[in-house]
Amino acid sequence: MAEQVNYAELKKGGFMKQKQKGYGSLRLQVVGGNLTAENIKTISEVAEKYGRGYVHMTSRQGVEIPFIHVDQLAEVKEALAKGGVKTGVCGPRVRTVTACQGSEVCPSGCIDTYTLAKELDERYFGRELPHKFKFGVTGCQNNCLKAEENDVGIKGGMEVAYKEDACIGCGVCIKACRQGALSMVDGKVVLDESKCNKCARCVKSCPTDAWEGTPGYIVSFGGTFGNFISKGEELLPIVKDKDTLFRVTDAAIEYFAENANPSERFRKTLERLGIEGLKEKVTDAYNGQ
Amino acid sequence: MTEIDIPYDELVDITDKVCPLTFVKAKVAIEELDDGEILAVRMNDGEPVQNVPRSFKEDGHKIIKLYDNEDGTYTLLVRKVEG
Ligand code: HEM
Ligand code: SF4
Ligand code: SF4
Ligand code: SF4
Repeated sequence: MAEQVNYAELKKGGFMKQKQKGYGSLRLQVVGGNLTAENIKTISEVAEKYGRGYVHMTSRQGVEIPFIHVDQLAEVKEALAKGGVKTGVCGPRVRTVTACQGSEVCPSGCIDTYTLAKELDERYFGRELPHKFKFGVTGCQNNCLKAEENDVGIKGGMEVAYKEDACIGCGVCIKACRQGALSMVDGKVVLDESKCNKCARCVKSCPTDAWEGTPGYIVSFGGTFGNFISKGEELLPIVKDKDTLFRVTDAAIEYFAENANPSERFRKTLERLGIEGLKEKVTDAYNGQ
Repeated sequence: MTEIDIPYDELVDITDKVCPLTFVKAKVAIEELDDGEILAVRMNDGEPVQNVPRSFKEDGHKIIKLYDNEDGTYTLLVRKVEG
């Protein structure tokens, strides 16, 4: 007799039931958008042997192997594990942490997004919550990874300080700044802090390094981009160190776990209760409490 | 209009190109100079002036000055640094 198939249990392991009876699309775990060559070879072999010889790329840097038969799921997982490939998750829990290439690769990057994505993944991946919960990490204001569409989005930026002595008055930074925050007054550059979005384009373009940039994390809360669309909100000043960042992300997840109704997305909780409660909690975390 | 008050060795006009070919043309021009020579690059306002100076910096060249020609173009003086 055929075994009873428990789809709820299967879904935890990232097996998405297909229209075709008995088949599912198997979601793989990808952190920060990177897979090793070995991972890719293994995935390719599994897709040929057990699937239909192709993979599907999801909108959040995920990879799925469609047309896996449920009877072969255990065998497939084992074959993937041999090549260092883990399966992903679906359902009400912390999802794949996405990332752009960040400062290790991209000239515009302000933070090492990949390392941070791995750390967030180790800290939270798969954690059970009232609804799905997404983290995204992007290296700078160019926002290639679209931070604000995530429940918690993290964007690299820099607090900038002008070193008048090093400035040769070339005028490059004034044009490099897209916010109109810089102007030349008597051969020296003046910064209008209220216009500055911490993009660090001045730092990156100055030929004499007269702009000193201190990297940090710009955090947004409550983004969602599905049936409802809402942009994550910045509730804090730029976060300067990782300990503080993790205190803040812990606080956001705790707030969600404590206050959300079952099956309620983070944004909906914030709409129901107002954003002040979360703001207070993450502000306390930011201040070291 | 600010007078360009520093002598330069070569002038390249990239106002006829759009990104990324602006920088390609500028890059080809600086390749032809010797170490220490100065290139003047005339470029459009907007994306080119926001990005071309920085691309020269990333390639290790030395930016000297950016002049506003007050006709919607800018001229960048950059000293070649052999990589
Ligand atoms: C005689 C003709 C050409 C020469 C001598 C030339 C030369 C170059 C050089 C020196 C670079 C920079 C390589 C580097 O980054 O180290 C480059 C990059 C590039 N070229 Fe060409 N090129 C030519 C034609 C073209 C054409 C016809 C196109 C396309 C319509 C093109 C598109 C590009 C692009 C997109 C890049 C990359 C620019 C970037 O790095 O942002 N090139 N080319
Ligand atoms: S967001 Fe910034 S750091 Fe990340 S890939 Fe885009 S430009 Fe590079
Ligand atoms: S960090 Fe960005 S917005 Fe702020 S002054 Fe520099 S270039 Fe302008
Ligand atoms: S780019 Fe640097 S040297 Fe040039 S004006 Fe700005 S601060 Fe001064």
